[in-house]
Amino acid sequence: MAILVDENTRVIVQGITGFQGNFQTKRMLDYGTKVVGGVSPGKGGSTVHGVPVFNTVEEVVDATDANTSIIYVPAKFAYDAILEALDAGLDLVVSVTEGIPLYDEMKIQKKLREVNSKLLGPNCPGVISPGKSKVGLLPDRSFTPGNIGIVSRSGTLTYQIAENLTKAGIGQSTVVGIGGDALPGLTFVDILQMFEEDDETKAVVLVGEIGGTAEEEAAKFLKKMSKPVIAFIAGKTAPPGKRMGHAGAIIEGNTGTAESKINALKDAGAIIAETLLDIVNKVKKMI
Amino acid sequence: MAMRLHEYQAKRIFSKHGIRVPKGEIAETPEKTREIAQKLGGRVVLKAQVLVGGRGKAGGIKKAESPDEAEKIASQLLGSMIKGHKVEKVLVEEALDIKKEYYVGYIIDKNRRTPAIIFSKIGGMDIEEVAAKHPEEIHRIYFDPLWGLQDYQVRTALFKAGFSKEEYSEMFRIIKTLYEIAFKYEAELAEINPLVITSNGFVAADARLNVDDNALYRHPELESLRDATEVDDLEREARLKGLNYVRLSGEIGIIANGAGLAMTTMDLINIMGGKPANFLDTGGGLADPTKMKMCLEHVIKDENVKVVFINIFAEITRCEKVAEGIILALEETNRKIPLVIKLVGTNEELGKKMLREYAERSNAEIHFVDSVEEGARKAVELSKEV
Repeated sequence: MAILVDENTRVIVQGITGFQGNFQTKRMLDYGTKVVGGVSPGKGGSTVHGVPVFNTVEEVVDATDANTSIIYVPAKFAYDAILEALDAGLDLVVSVTEGIPLYDEMKIQKKLREVNSKLLGPNCPGVISPGKSKVGLLPDRSFTPGNIGIVSRSGTLTYQIAENLTKAGIGQSTVVGIGGDALPGLTFVDILQMFEEDDETKAVVLVGEIGGTAEEEAAKFLKKMSKPVIAFIAGKTAPPGKRMGHAGAIIEGNTGTAESKINALKDAGAIIAETLLDIVNKVKKMI
Repeated sequence: MAMRLHEYQAKRIFSKHGIRVPKGEIAETPEKTREIAQKLGGRVVLKAQVLVGGRGKAGGIKKAESPDEAEKIASQLLGSMIKGHKVEKVLVEEALDIKKEYYVGYIIDKNRRTPAIIFSKIGGMDIEEVAAKHPEEIHRIYFDPLWGLQDYQVRTALFKAGFSKEEYSEMFRIIKTLYEIAFKYEAELAEINPLVITSNGFVAADARLNVDDNALYRHPELESLRDATEVDDLEREARLKGLNYVRLSGEIGIIANGAGLAMTTMDLINIMGGKPANFLDTGGGLADPTKMKMCLEHVIKDENVKVVFINIFAEITRCEKVAEGIILALEETNRKIPLVIKLVGTNEELGKKMLREYAERSNAEIHFVDSVEEGARKAVELSKEV
């Protein structure tokens, strides 16, 4: 099964003629991902690595059976590209772009409440179901098929954790980077729920970071979850004082610190890993 | 990330939009402080312009009864450190005749994913404490970012909170203005605490404005305020170079690609008993060797640094480019600093070979490690040797 992406995922790349889009299209094709089309306004009719290019998302959706989009466009234009994808009715939209303004993201959040599409990101590395499909820029070498789900707010840290598991002979069902932005589309809770319902996933590794309340929210859901969750929080020793003024504190209370996150997760039944290698050891014990 | 403006900068913006602020001016010398105090009639408040919370409790806000006293206090405040931040400017303001203190703030509630106005009749003191102990005293207005803050929403909240007729119209105007400022500059936070009620009306005794870094290209007028908002020279320089660098007080330099990986590296060093000198996330762009060169050069500019742990998960970046950058930096420095390197990615053997050969011919000390744990342990060990 896996979650979000599998053999049936048919991807379009928005911004396919740009440097990143072009390069990542090649890498996804090499991995076996079904890339059925690309979008680049004004470049419709051309091809990139054999993939047909269209002027708009609407055109490519009409012409192909695409159900997923990955967006490689600069931050200034990402807002428009994301809305275009969401309005075209795709199941999943993956936004890699970093640095999208917060006020643009607030409007995207509003749009997400009106459509059925899911948004992964922004500012995320994407998602991979090893051996089936990869929609994003995760390095192939770090992953191997198996039964562990990983959900994370980080990029390279996630690859490192997956690679440690792979080296120890532990494969993954799906690895999801939800991204580091303050206003993400899919959250820990959404992904945990999908893993809980996925036959192929036996246990989940949750990789969190200090700041925000995503991990505290995840902890609330963990109480309802039957599968084991191993959690790791980055930034435990970061110096305090990075909170956003009084109003931020009013909203978040004492949440946001590593301590608050670890306590919440522990109370909800998660197994806390202290170091990266500890994650491998604790996962081993679980399976 | 947010760019935080200094109080005096935020006050200028608030004032320009019609929110009353105390009369005052900024001073960088005791003499200038005296001059301003004289102009303001003698009784003044001196406020250190540092971007830290709890500034008042840390001694950063002082009252003076005369220009003489103001000059004397300024000579103590200027150049002093408040919670690790050097005081370079003081805001000299007229002393207010305070009848009451309220709180008004604007924030984006990340959980609800909407903007919110927050206000309270209890202000000035620790508003977090008020929120925790008397949540009923904190009033909130959540509103749709596309529709914007509607008059009826403000009206409803103000009537509910029981404001008197005299105060109602001022509160209404201030809330709407704060909302307009926040949306105009794409603020993450806009705050007046305390909002002081004097016999002459409402005055913003303090002001805070944090704006979204990612939207600064739409507000070039704010970019010019930036230089004054950073304190540490190395941090300021790092920002100009586009590096995500935070200076810490230890001796182990950290360079990693990705914030999560960099934080984990910092954590492991701390767990193993070492002291990180900095946090540095290189971000992307490592395909160009000059990026790594710039990062390493920057980290070893900090004279406390005794050893540097470079932790790169190069994904698609070719490791020989990373190695090239490291070598370029080492070639140009006079400092002899041992490096611990964890390098993973395309052509990693080639990258390591280049570094090994360089170390041999130039007598540089480079240790290769296979896990982040091993690297942290090695870096801690080296930091205690030298």
